[in-house]
Amino acid sequence: MTTAIKYPHAVGFVAGDRPKIVTSRFEHADSFTLERFLATGGYVGLRKALGRAATDVHEEVKSATVLGRGGAGFPAGTKWGLTPQQVFPKYLVVNGDESEPGTYKDRLLMERDPHQLIEGCLIACYAAGLSQCFLYIRGEMALAQERVAAALNEAYAAGYVGKNILGSKFSVDIVLHWGAGAYVVGEETALIESLEGNRGMPRLKPPFFPAANGLYGQPTIVNNVETLANLPWLMVNGSEAYTAIGTKTSPGTRMVAVSGHVKNPGVFEIINGTTTFRDLLYGAEFCGGIRNDNELKAFVPGGGSAPWFTADQLDLPFEASQVGPAGSMLGSGAIMVMDSTTDIPAAALTLTHFYAHESCGKCTPCREGGTWLERILTRIVDGTGTEADLQQILEVGAMICPGDFPHASNEKLGLAAVPFPYKMTTICFVGPSAFAPLHSAITLFRSEFEARLVKRISIPVTAVSTPLTVGA
Amino acid sequence: MSRLNEANIKTALEIIARYPRPKSALIPLLHLAQEQNGYVTREAMVHLGELVGVTSAEVYGTATFYEMFRFEPVGKYLVNICGTMSCALMGAGDLMHHAEHKLGVKAGGTTADGMFTLAHAECQAACTEAPTLQVNYRFRYKVTNGDFDTLIDDLKSGKLADEIPAHGVVARIRQRIPADRGVGAVAPELATENPAWMDGKAAL
Repeated sequence: MTTAIKYPHAVGFVAGDRPKIVTSRFEHADSFTLERFLATGGYVGLRKALGRAATDVHEEVKSATVLGRGGAGFPAGTKWGLTPQQVFPKYLVVNGDESEPGTYKDRLLMERDPHQLIEGCLIACYAAGLSQCFLYIRGEMALAQERVAAALNEAYAAGYVGKNILGSKFSVDIVLHWGAGAYVVGEETALIESLEGNRGMPRLKPPFFPAANGLYGQPTIVNNVETLANLPWLMVNGSEAYTAIGTKTSPGTRMVAVSGHVKNPGVFEIINGTTTFRDLLYGAEFCGGIRNDNELKAFVPGGGSAPWFTADQLDLPFEASQVGPAGSMLGSGAIMVMDSTTDIPAAALTLTHFYAHESCGKCTPCREGGTWLERILTRIVDGTGTEADLQQILEVGAMICPGDFPHASNEKLGLAAVPFPYKMTTICFVGPSAFAPLHSAITLFRSEFEARLVKRISIPVTAVSTPLTVGA
Repeated sequence: MSRLNEANIKTALEIIARYPRPKSALIPLLHLAQEQNGYVTREAMVHLGELVGVTSAEVYGTATFYEMFRFEPVGKYLVNICGTMSCALMGAGDLMHHAEHKLGVKAGGTTADGMFTLAHAECQAACTEAPTLQVNYRFRYKVTNGDFDTLIDDLKSGKLADEIPAHGVVARIRQRIPADRGVGAVAPELATENPAWMDGKAAL
């Protein structure tokens, strides 16, 4: 069956009979209501989970290898297992602070299917023995906050959240929390700081990870919205059905947003591990090619922090073990496409500006280095940069990420790939993120940067032939 | 005067009670203060400090980290135009240029009548719909110059008053936990037992 459903604002454009795990309700206009949710298999997964022992549910999630969808790709079941056994209470913090450039999926999941997320939170709390859940939504997402608040109110009234859920001994509160505009709060320890009412600056780790020492110093699990949204389907259909989709190391589906210079930009739920970038950018069921049938110049494979790829990497699949060695990352499922008309230095500047602006200021290399990068690149783009500026950018960048820097492998340029991630002098990834895209842009399109530089005519300095003499 | 009013104190206490430690409520409460006055006033910060048991300096310390909080009046409508990569690729620069001309202020400025504040924003998580903007955190997608003019005219004439509240109000629906349904928050040092359902048996 082939159904092409056009959503308002072209979001979630789905064609073909690909499996839909998290976006199955998007086709309904009232997908966010409890009524629609219950009519389409809602809270069945929760009921199934509660019918089994908590450890049993945990095992099921572990064997499904649900990879974290926030960026790092760490398996959720394994993460839950890292909390110490005999320390209570433990908390669940849901990361809905989606703000990585290019990323557009968690907001949709919260706006279109908030009950699915709530059900996922409940399953996680049940399986991992977590006493309270905090659902942290980005401050600027007014509609998502309203939809989740309304859904929680409905769910409390109907007995799906709170005391003795479905009449069982399982009781947990889900508290809606919302931020106030700070990219760095998407980093899990900064998220916890922010949830404690502080400035959202990341904590130094290792040795203390949130799983052992998180919110209020208690064991805390931080999971992404999309990760949790997978759990209801998993509970209903089992881990075997889940791992049957995708590949062994990247099972299930994932949501990706393709934006920029493509014919049909949109958010798609794709099969993990097997779908390639070429399918996504050129496939008729996805983006249908580059706008005006232009040439592809470059694309960002996994959010603003990721080093760029060119047409050479189009055939890589959505598989971390292949994208990593190629010099970039899948990150948060955000693909930004640049066609042949793109002004590369100006495009890179938008990201450099972003990271300079969003640095929390805790680590000097990021706070100062990010700003330096922005200033130097701005003058290059404005046409007032000098030849030393390009080298200066690389040197400043090397102070944020010392050592060999990864870049998209490009055999034409004789460049070998270096695995991700890299060494860094900062606590969190905001620092390296300021430099990673810029470094790959300079590596791949150096001539475009050089063309912007002011060429100065060098005046030879010759020795003064008549020495100055004082007196006689 | 610009401390929280009676109704908001009630809401604030309800929010504080949901957290194991009161200070956690600070960001939601700062939003509440901004909702009441359009921006976060000094008196409100002192009041919030009293409510959650921290100094007003700590409240200010937290508040100044987050971009959404304003410490002086802004326009009734805050127009945030996204300028990050996807939007920039799709013409956000031109849109901003047009907006500056239409409103007669540079990015960051407020119109003389106090109606509009124009600002450059970072990624708004609507990248496939570029270029985007938010008016008081309500989205507009694939915005053309013509769309922008219509939007401004409609805001001026009050046509969009139902959809877009004045600056300060973000979500208009609040979470309400019914007293008989909520589990209640407990300070972590008082909740030292394994949850009841972790006994190795099914809960249902």
